[in-house]
Amino acid sequence: MTEKRKIIEVKHLTKKYNGLTAVKDISFDVYQGEIFGLLGPNGAGKTTTLEIMETLREETEGEVFIDGFSINTDPGKIKEIIGVQLQQAGFYPSLTLIESLKLFAGLYNVDVKPEVLLEKVGLLDKAKVSFKKLSGGQKQRFSIATTLVNTPKVIFLDEPTTGLDPQARRNLWDLIKALRKDDTTIIMTTHYMDEAEVLCDRCAIMDEGKIIAIDTPDHLIDGLLGKGFKRERKVKEATLEDVFIDLTGKELRDE
Amino acid sequence: MLAIAKASLLNLLRNPSSIIFGLVFPLVMVGIFGFVGNSGIKIKVGVLPRTNTESPIYTAFSESDSIELITDKTEEELTTDLEKGKIDATLDIHSIDPDCGMNADCVGARSQIAVYVKTSDASPQNGGVFLSMVKSITDSINIAVAKTTPLVSVSTENLAGREYKTIDFILPGQLGFSVLSIGVMGTAFTFLSLRQTLVLKRFYATPIRRGYIVLGEALSKLAFSLLQTSVIIAIGTLALGFTLVNGIVTFFAMMVLVALGLIVFMGVGFVVSSIAPNENVVAPLANLFTLPQFLLAGTFFSTDTFPAWLQVISKALPLTYLNDALRKIAFEGASFWDVRTQILVLLIWGIVIYIIAIRVFKWE
Repeated sequence: MTEKRKIIEVKHLTKKYNGLTAVKDISFDVYQGEIFGLLGPNGAGKTTTLEIMETLREETEGEVFIDGFSINTDPGKIKEIIGVQLQQAGFYPSLTLIESLKLFAGLYNVDVKPEVLLEKVGLLDKAKVSFKKLSGGQKQRFSIATTLVNTPKVIFLDEPTTGLDPQARRNLWDLIKALRKDDTTIIMTTHYMDEAEVLCDRCAIMDEGKIIAIDTPDHLIDGLLGKGFKRERKVKEATLEDVFIDLTGKELRDE
Repeated sequence: MLAIAKASLLNLLRNPSSIIFGLVFPLVMVGIFGFVGNSGIKIKVGVLPRTNTESPIYTAFSESDSIELITDKTEEELTTDLEKGKIDATLDIHSIDPDCGMNADCVGARSQIAVYVKTSDASPQNGGVFLSMVKSITDSINIAVAKTTPLVSVSTENLAGREYKTIDFILPGQLGFSVLSIGVMGTAFTFLSLRQTLVLKRFYATPIRRGYIVLGEALSKLAFSLLQTSVIIAIGTLALGFTLVNGIVTFFAMMVLVALGLIVFMGVGFVVSSIAPNENVVAPLANLFTLPQFLLAGTFFSTDTFPAWLQVISKALPLTYLNDALRKIAFEGASFWDVRTQILVLLIWGIVIYIIAIRVFKWE
C-alpha cells in the first residue's frame, strides 16, 4: 500500500457539556484523498466531533490537526482550506443560487464561476431560482456546491442524505464519489450503514462518544463473519430499493 | 463584508413583508395624516382679550390655515369652552414688562415677550399640536434673536411664510418610528432567523471574521433605512407639502440623524435576539421596547399634553429625542449643534446598549 499522507490527525479528543461527555478521548487519522466515514446512531457524538474539526466548536481536551494546522492556533488557515456542509443548513432564502454562490465567493475572497459549480451538482437549470423554492434534495446538492467554492482540500459532510428519497440519495452518492477528483479528502457522518458501505474507503464506528472500530468496510464485515455471524434472513441479490428505482427510473424528479 | 451587505440587502428587498412594513405602512400613515392635516383639521384657539395682537407671533397664527382664532369672548367664557373641549387652547401674548409693548427702544430682558397657552384634557390631541406649533414658532424666533438684536420684529417675514401643518408633525414621527421598527424588530428577527436556519453557523465556517458579518448586516439595514427615508421624505415633500426648511441640506441632515437613530436601535435588536430563548419571545420582547415609544415618544401626538409623571417616562425614551431632533431640523432649520442635547442622549443610549449587546451576543 502506497504511503499516503495523513491530512487529518485527531488526538485524544474529548468534549464535555455541563456534565455530559459527548466525545470521549477519541483518536484517529484520515489520509489524503480518501472518503472517511464516521458512523453511528444518533447521539453517538459524530456531529460534535465533526463540528470540532470544522472549527465550529471548542474541544474540552485533545488536539486536531488539519493539513498540519491546529484548530487551536490556526483556525483561520483551516477555514480557508475546508468546505463544510452542515445538516439542514440554510442560506438567505430569497437569493438565487448564483447570488448565494457569489456571496460565498466573497466570504472566501476567491473568484468563482457559479455556473461551473452548479453544473457539477446538476443544478445549472436552477441557477436563477431562489433557494427557498428548491426541494430537499436540491437544497442538499446546492449545499455541496457551496463547499466547492474555495476548492478545498477537505470537505466535511454531515449526514448528507438524511431525509432524502432513494433517487436523490443515489444521485448524491454519485456526486460525492465524483468529488474525490484532485485528491480531495472527504469526511462524512451518517447513520445509514448502506451508505457507508457504498461510499467509504474507511470508516470509524462510534457509539456513546467512543470509537469502537476503525477499518475498511470489507475488513469490518469479514471480521464479523469470522466470528461466526449468520444473517437471519437470506439476502437476495437485489433489494426493495432496487425495485423502486427500477420501476420509477433513476432520474431525479423535481418535487 | 461587502459581500454580506449586498446579499443581505437583496434578501431584504425581495421579502414582501419588509417592503410593506418598511415603506408602505409609514407612507400610508403619512398620507392619511397629511391629507387629513391639509384639509379640515382646524385647531380652535381662544384669544384672551389682553393679548397683544400686533405681535408677529399672533400674526403668524392668524394667517395660518389650520388655526381658527376666536377673539370675541371673555376670559371666563373661554375657560369654560376650554374645559368642555369646545376650543383646543387659549392664547395670551404680551410683554413681560407692561410698559414695553412693541417699542423698539425696549431691549434686553424688559422686552421679553411671554406667550401663555392653556390646553385641557378635553382636547389633548389638538391642544398638543398647537403647543408644538407655538413652541416651534417661539423657538425659531429665539434662534433668530440669539443671532441679532433687537428682537422679534426681525423675523416676522420668515414666520408667516412657513405654515406648520399637521404633516410637519407627523412625518418626522413616522420616520422616527420606522427607524425604531427596522432597528429593533428587523435586526432581532433577522439574527434570530439567521441563527435558526444555521446560515450564521455556515458563515462561521468560512474565514470571514464574525464582526464583519454583523457589520455587513448592519450596512444592509442602513442602506434600506436610508432608502426608505428618502422615499418617505420625497413623497411627503412633493405630494403632501412637508416642509424642508433648507431643502437638500435639511434632507441630508435628517438622513444623518436617521442613521444615528438606526444604529442605536439596532443595538437593541442585537440584545433582544440574543437574550430571547426562542422565537416566540422575540416579538413580545421587542414590542416591550417599541410599543411604549410608539405611544409616548411624540410619534402621533405631542407629549406636551401628557401629565407630568408620563412626561418623565417620555423623556427617558430615545425615540422622543429622535423625533424631536428630526422635527427641529426639518421645520426650524436647526443645525446639529442646536439639537446637540438630543444627539447626546441618543449617543448615550447607543453606548450603553452596545456594551450590553457585546456581552450578550450569541452566535448559535
